[in-house]
Amino acid sequence: MTDKRTTVDDIVGELRSGMTIGIGGWGSRRKPMALVRGLCRSDLHDLTIVAYGGPDVGLLCAAGKVKKVVCSFVTLDSIALDPHWRNARQRGQVEVMEVDEGMLYTGLQAAAWRVPFLPTRAGLGSDVLTINPDLRLVRSPYGADSPFVHDHADADVDLVAMPALHLDAALVHTNRADTVGNGQILAPDAFFDPLFLGAADRRFLTTERIVDNGTLTDEGPLATVVIHRLLTDAVAESPGGAHFTANPPDYGRDESFQKEYAAAAGDPDQWAAFARRYVDVSDDDYRAHVDERGAS
Amino acid sequence: MTPAAPQDLPCTRAESCVIACADVWRDAGEIMVSPFGTIPSLGARLAKSSFAPDLVLTDGEAALMVGAPPLATPAAELIREAAMPYKTVFDVVWSGRRHIMMMASQIDRTGNQNISAIGDHRQPKVQLIGVRGAPGNSVNHPTSYWVPDHTTRTFVEQVDVVSGVGYARVAAAGAGATRFHDVRRVVSNLGVFDFETPDRTMRLRSFHPGVEVDEIAQATSFALSVPDDVEETRLPTPEELTLLRTVLDPGSLRDREIRS
Repeated sequence: MTDKRTTVDDIVGELRSGMTIGIGGWGSRRKPMALVRGLCRSDLHDLTIVAYGGPDVGLLCAAGKVKKVVCSFVTLDSIALDPHWRNARQRGQVEVMEVDEGMLYTGLQAAAWRVPFLPTRAGLGSDVLTINPDLRLVRSPYGADSPFVHDHADADVDLVAMPALHLDAALVHTNRADTVGNGQILAPDAFFDPLFLGAADRRFLTTERIVDNGTLTDEGPLATVVIHRLLTDAVAESPGGAHFTANPPDYGRDESFQKEYAAAAGDPDQWAAFARRYVDVSDDDYRAHVDERGAS
Repeated sequence: MTPAAPQDLPCTRAESCVIACADVWRDAGEIMVSPFGTIPSLGARLAKSSFAPDLVLTDGEAALMVGAPPLATPAAELIREAAMPYKTVFDVVWSGRRHIMMMASQIDRTGNQNISAIGDHRQPKVQLIGVRGAPGNSVNHPTSYWVPDHTTRTFVEQVDVVSGVGYARVAAAGAGATRFHDVRRVVSNLGVFDFETPDRTMRLRSFHPGVEVDEIAQATSFALSVPDDVEETRLPTPEELTLLRTVLDPGSLRDREIRS
């Protein structure tokens, strides 16, 4: 059986400029932040990011890595709007494909099922269809005389044809994983992480701890192993790899650190100092700097 | 002199708003209620603990919670009855068994809501939180709005980016859009509004105690329908006031959202 263990730096080395990259988690929750910092340090550029956006999107925008973001929001949860995202948008520095949260889900599902689109009611009548003029409607082929029409109100209706959101790569952080790429999420919500992996050509996990194949059930019930190894190509151990976002039950959100991250967006010098200490450094140095900060 | 019992104190504006929100879910039955903001959250809990006991509330994370605990209850003390991760939330949204109360940075005459951006969407003057689930919510299940700062900047002739869909836009989008569309009510710090007019434009349903109808008209950028017999928002019952003041929100978090 293939041993899929690798490192954060080697995963970043697999990625290329111009790629469309999906990032798991939701808002400021279980984001693969060690990988995101790796992307920020790399020479990659012109990335398209697909995400239920949080500080992953904010950091990548601040680092100038992003051409376009496909999202419904970019939030820090306890802070409504990521201020780096606000800056990037109000300065016109990034393109956005802004869609309904459910449309994002539907688009990832279409990609994972290898169909070109899936129909949804979400988006109809809204400006999502005018700010994204490439989106199309689809008419139900089942008319009033079809034996399949359960309710005549459904006959011939127009729905949004949400296109498949195909990803070149997906990045996801889990609580545990095994050496062959099964992933375990011990928190009550896996968000759309398995779907991000399913929608991608290259599928990368980071995890708090790698255990032997067959022993994830020692960590939690089988139902928490929501990512099977058919969905993954490589896995890197990265303790604290979701810091400063929430990653229960391993750790909660580091609210004080998040405040510092957000405040630094208001001033270029402050941001440069923050980035020197917490972005442009190795993972070991990052952990040491966070520890020093906590101790002070 | 003995201090006045909580229910004997005059009803504050924040409390009128809570009552107005609670009444949005009267007779809703067994549906999921998703309130955004302190006052709608208190309204939902008040409704669930009194006249709408079958309502289903989430813990704000990934579960349904038992009962209607006080607003400031620590997460560790909540009792949960079922899992409700985001993926399941979409199952509920698209099944229609939900009535959300979202906030609105702008709302207009036909009930369009904007939470996406002010100005040109390509490079907004002000980036807002994003459309979130508003487009899908508004065409799938009953949707109401909470606007804690009723001014001509929030109640506008036409919103900049239609996030939640109003009546005129949904009609133009066809039968697939209108089928489950139901923008039910708008509660602001000044009054309660609905769209129960022949042309589905906004109507004043009630004004909060202490507010003049003229004050509402002046704070609204468009011509509001005002029925001749429009009444004051109902006062809370003594039981409701006691519940709100002593059980659900003894720390008066409601006054941080709406000052009297």
